[in-house]
Order: sequence, then structure tokens, then C-alpha cells
Amino acid sequence: MLPANHGSATLDRFKEWGVRMKFSKYMLMLLALLAIGMIAAACSGDEDDDDGAASVAASDTLKTVLGRGNVIVGVKDSQPGFGNLQPDGTFAGQDVEYAHALAAALFGDKSKVEFVVASASTRFELLSAAEIDVLIRTTTWTSSRDIDLSSSFTATTFYDGQGIIVDASSAVQSITDLEGATICVTSGTTTEINLASRLAAAGVNHTALTLAGDAEILEAFAAGRCEAWTGDKGNLAGQRSSYPVEDGGPESLRVLPETLSKEPLGPVVRDGDTDWYDVVQWVVFGTMAADELGVNSGNVATMSSAPPSKDIANLLGVSFEGGEPTNFGASLGLSPTFMQAVIGQVGNYDEIYERTIAPIGLARAGSLNASWLDGGLIYSPPIK
Amino acid sequence: MVTIRWGKDLTDLGLLWRRRRTRRIIIQIAIAVGVGLFVFYMADKARDLDDLGFDFLSGSGDFPLSTQWLTNYESNDTLLGAYGAGIFNTVRLVVIGIVLATALGVFAGIARLSTNWLVSRLATLYVETIRNTPLLIQIVIWYVVVFLQLPRVEDAIEYSGLFYLSVKGLALPSLTIDGSFGIWVILLVLGAVAAYVLQRWLHRKEEQEGGSKHTVAWAFLLFTVVAVVTYLLTGTPLEPDTPQVVITGANIYSVSGGIQVEPEFAAVLLGLVIYTGAFIAEIVRGGIQALPKGQTEAAAALGLSGYQRLTLIILPQALRIIIPPLTNQFLNLTKNSSLAVVIGYPEIIFVGNTMINKIGHAAPVYLMIFGTYLLLSLAISVGMNAFNRSVQLAGR
Repeated sequence: MLPANHGSATLDRFKEWGVRMKFSKYMLMLLALLAIGMIAAACSGDEDDDDGAASVAASDTLKTVLGRGNVIVGVKDSQPGFGNLQPDGTFAGQDVEYAHALAAALFGDKSKVEFVVASASTRFELLSAAEIDVLIRTTTWTSSRDIDLSSSFTATTFYDGQGIIVDASSAVQSITDLEGATICVTSGTTTEINLASRLAAAGVNHTALTLAGDAEILEAFAAGRCEAWTGDKGNLAGQRSSYPVEDGGPESLRVLPETLSKEPLGPVVRDGDTDWYDVVQWVVFGTMAADELGVNSGNVATMSSAPPSKDIANLLGVSFEGGEPTNFGASLGLSPTFMQAVIGQVGNYDEIYERTIAPIGLARAGSLNASWLDGGLIYSPPIK
Repeated sequence: MVTIRWGKDLTDLGLLWRRRRTRRIIIQIAIAVGVGLFVFYMADKARDLDDLGFDFLSGSGDFPLSTQWLTNYESNDTLLGAYGAGIFNTVRLVVIGIVLATALGVFAGIARLSTNWLVSRLATLYVETIRNTPLLIQIVIWYVVVFLQLPRVEDAIEYSGLFYLSVKGLALPSLTIDGSFGIWVILLVLGAVAAYVLQRWLHRKEEQEGGSKHTVAWAFLLFTVVAVVTYLLTGTPLEPDTPQVVITGANIYSVSGGIQVEPEFAAVLLGLVIYTGAFIAEIVRGGIQALPKGQTEAAAALGLSGYQRLTLIILPQALRIIIPPLTNQFLNLTKNSSLAVVIGYPEIIFVGNTMINKIGHAAPVYLMIFGTYLLLSLAISVGMNAFNRSVQLAGR
């Protein structure tokens, strides 16, 4: 039963709402602010709860990955030699090779990888939100990242250091010549943090111009917006190798001799996930051990059938002179012969290095990344 | 009236639903529960992330900022200080951007209605090109194609040592102040008050006696005389500070002194102003066209010149229509200023990203950014709403 003047009653009601809405617009905004505050408050009080639901799910990464049938790896897409998207749509670089090595270890098939491009500023969020299983993206191992960010660094695959690149024709020979210079830095890197402290220590006044990515820096540097460009030497070498010919090509750039910082790069996994941590760590160490022992993709088949030493037999998961093989692979929850797949399909540390990093102009011999047998820092704990 | 009887009717859901009052309550409860569940779900999810505390803000920043405005953050100051410098950099963009975009928009909007064919077509070309392409691309183009193409400092475009334009930015002369500056400012304020009184007095005479008394010109002259005389009396409290090319280190050229406008800031500002100006132009045009044609005709009949018609009759009335959509454009400009991050102008998002890179804690940092933009936008809204009320007709 509707009143006869239904129409005007409705109109009145709308007017009444209108009055209320005016009031409630601000109420809603206030409520939104309150809600944010509540979320923040609710969560900041529960810092100790971090080992709750999230970590329980996270600690099964190995199971999750084996069940899923592929491993999801966060990589970089713009750094020649480490993680670079090729014109044909595939990824290449040392980090990418280690992603393939993981897939070979887990599934016996190096192609079972799904790559996710991780940006500098979102990489740890991707990892903690389990969007990726492992982060292999020229990520520097630092105490704050290891401790505060609920992540664990497994091993160092490349010992990098921050360097500075300048125009080859410039008179700058060392960092003390950079007084008054503008220096381009990539945002979202530890280099950004290092630069200020190192130049301040050297008493060099400078302006840092922080740009979003390598592409922007290339533009700014080529235009003379900045006199120098700082980054990890691995990255600088890669950028130098692909410096546009119309701007002078690689020969027109020079890397200064100083190394401003220690930048150990390597794969990162979530905290509290020891099974998965062990797998990632020992696949990396396995490639280093293979390098030390002289096992490579060419001879892995023969060495597997007739291992020349106990150490090689342990690495490849085969018996040595009729003895029992070690349970290296089985104890990781992998196939006993997983390292055969890794070395056969991807190669040992040296093969990976020569294929990815050497072409950008960073020789392995005599660098920190030489084997410990040759005076470098690449060293695998014994496999026994 | 629908009457509800206890018992059968209350269990009759159809009847309950047909009743407007209960229906409304049910819908409101449903919405409240839905929103509550959503908030709870988000809070619960957020708990899975790293901690959401804000303690990390007291840690030191350790990173420099290439540009600062009114702040003097240094890299060993706290992260909160860095974020504060970021806020000032954003405010610098927003304030200057809003002023310039409004001026450009009003000009282009009027130009689009010009009877001069070329002027109106040029204005149309500007509005339609800019309005229909993404701002991000425009900013990158301004930066890479315009500002990065400027000559290096050693070949800077200069004008008798007063300004230098190079790839490192535009350097303009500025003034530095000394001790008696405060006294001079006080005298200036007194001069301004005197000039205002003079203007009001001349204006009254003008109304009584008719004819133009050049009220503004006289007031301006008085103010200028006061300014110059007191400036000399207080011993020239302003020192010119002209930019200079300096060579440091190993042949490194830079410009120091004066006011520096960095190319990153210039590119973002230009991008924002030109983009927002195009939208404002449309709003101004719409506001003017919404006025009855009789207004222009009546003004013309009174013998007002074209300029007088525009400033005395048309614009004041159009303003009432223009302000609400103009507020939206100001808010858009504020939010779009975040695109500065792509070319490294250290505004809020840029500083936030750097903080995240240094210490993680992405969720609380983004929450801070969210809150900062909300407060900035609300401040603009409140101001514009007050302005809007002041220009509306009082009573009907």
C-alpha cells in the first residue's frame, strides 16, 4: 500500500539523504584513515607472530615445488651477464643459469623454470609473499636484508663490488677527481646507499642523480647529465659491453680502478625453510665442487660411469670402486644423481661463468671469482 | 500501512523483505558486515607480511637526495627526515604546478573560444593532442627529448653571466639576504597597507566624482616608491647571487650559486602543467559556454570592451561553474606528481622506494605514502570547497 503522494515522499527522502551524504563524505574519509590505522596497529603489535601461518606454508617450498612440477624464480631482465631478457624472449645470464640448474636438480629437466621479472624494490615482497620460490637477481647479501627481511642468503655466486664508470676521454682517473661531479645511480640498489658514504669518506663533494633504471641512466649519461655512473662492476661491465655504438660503443667508457664496496650476490630464499634452503645452497656448491674437481658437461657421463675419485663419486651420487654411494641427493630430497643432471645440462661454475659473465668483459682468472685453488673466493664446502 | 503481526509474518521472509524499513536495515547490515570482513581479511593478510611497525623510520637514511626544496636533509639524517624532504619536493611540484596549470588552462580555454581562427585552432590542437596521450610518456619525452638534449655545461647557453641553461639545468640569479632584511620586510608590509588605503580612497572618490582615477596605478606607484626608498635606507639588505660556472676535480663543469632548476624537476613540472592545463582549458571553455549568451550581449550593450566583458562579466560568473571540476584537476595533478619517480625527481614515492630498497618494510612505507596523498588531497579539497562557497551567490 503506497501513499498517493509517493513521488514527492521519495523526493523528500532523497533530500534527506543528500543532507546525510554531505556529512558522511567526511565520515567515510575519516573511517578510511581509521581503517588504515587499525590495520597498522593490529599488525605492528603482532611482530612475534611472523612464524605463524605464513612460515608454515613457506616451510613446504620443496614439497610445493616438486608437486607443482616447476620452479618459479625471480630474476632481472636488464642486466647482461646476469639476468637479461634476450630479443627472442628468453632469459640469459648467470642468475638465469642457476635457475636452470635448480630445475635440472629438482626435475632432471633444466627447462622446468618459470621466470618472474623482479624489480629492485619489489623483489623481497615477491619472495615473502611466495610469488616466487627463490630470488636469483644480483641481490647483495647484507646483514639487514638477511636478518630483517625474513630472507636467507644461500651462497655467493658472484663476488661483485661497486665501481664507477666514466667517459674514456674524461680526465677523471680516480674517485678523488670527481669533486663537484654529478653521479648517476640506479634507485633500489645498495650502490645508492654506498656512494654517499664512500665519497664522503674520501672528502669528495658530489651530487647523486638517482634514476629508475639502467635505460634512463644510459640516456642521462650519454647526454652529459652526469659525469660518472656507479653500479656493481658486474652490471657496469654488462652495460659497457652493450653501450650503443652511436654514443661511442664500449670503447668510449672506462671503469675506474677503485672498488667502493663488497657486493656478494647470490640466491635468496625465505627464512625458516631449511629443506628448500639446503637444496638451493647445495646446487650452487655442487657446481663449484664440480669446477674444483674438473667435472664438466663434456665429461660428466664418463665420470659417472667410472668416477676417478671418491669426491667425484660423492658429488655425482655414484658408487666408488664398489662402495656404497653417499646419500647426498637423497638427503636433500632429490634424486641421488641430481648433480649429473645439473652438470650435464647446465655445466659447472666455470662453464656457467665463461658462458655468461666472461662475454661482458669480466675475466674470471685473477678476480675474486676465481676458484680458491687459483687464489679466488669460489669455494665449496666438502661433499661427504 | 503494512502491519507486521508477531508469529507467522515475522517468519515470512518475503513479507519482511517487502517492508522498506527492514529491507533497508538488512542491506545496511549486509554492507557493514561485508566491509568489516574485507577490512579484517586485509588486516589478517597484512599480518603475513613483514611487521607493520614504523620504528624503522628513526634509522638513518644513508642515501642522498639530488634535489631538495626548503629542507636540508643529509644522508646521515633519519629516514623520517628523508621522507619529509620527499613531501616538500612533492609540495613544490604541486603548488607551482597548480598555479601554472591554472594560468595556462584559463588562457587556452579562452583562446579556444577566440574568434581568431588561428588562435582557436592552435588552442584546439594543444588541448586535443595533450589530453589524449599518456602523461607518463609526455614526462619522459620532456626529459629525454628536450632537457637531456640541452648543451653540456661547458657549452651552456648563457646571457651575460646572468643565467645558464645546460643539461644540468637552468641557473638563475637570486638574492641573498642580510641582517636588516627583516626591518625592510616590515616596512614593505606598511607600504603595502598604505598603498591599499590609497587605492580604496581613490576608489571611493572615483565612485563619487566619476571618471577614472587610475586607482591601481597610483597605489602601485606609492608601493614602489616606499619599497625603493626603504631598501636604500636599510642599507640594501639583498645581495644579488649570480650563478657561475665552476670547474672542479678533473675538468668537471658545474654551475653553482643562484637558483637552480634541475632538469628532472623542470621536465615533471612542464609535463604536469601542460597536461593538466589542457583539461583545465576544457573546463574553462565549458564554464564560459554554459553562461547565457545574453550576458555577453548585455555587457556589449553597456559599451564594455572585450577585455572588460571577459574580466568583469563572464569570468566571475563562469568561476562558479568552473571551481568544482577545477578542484578535481588539482587533485589529479597532485596524484600525477608521483610519475616524477620515473625520471628520478625525489618526491614521496621516489623516497619511499629508496627506503624500501634500503630496509624493506614495503607495506608500512606504502601505507605512509597512501596517507600522505590522502592528506594532501583533502587539504586541497577543503581549501577549494571554502573558495567555492565564497564565490557562490549568497541566497537565492
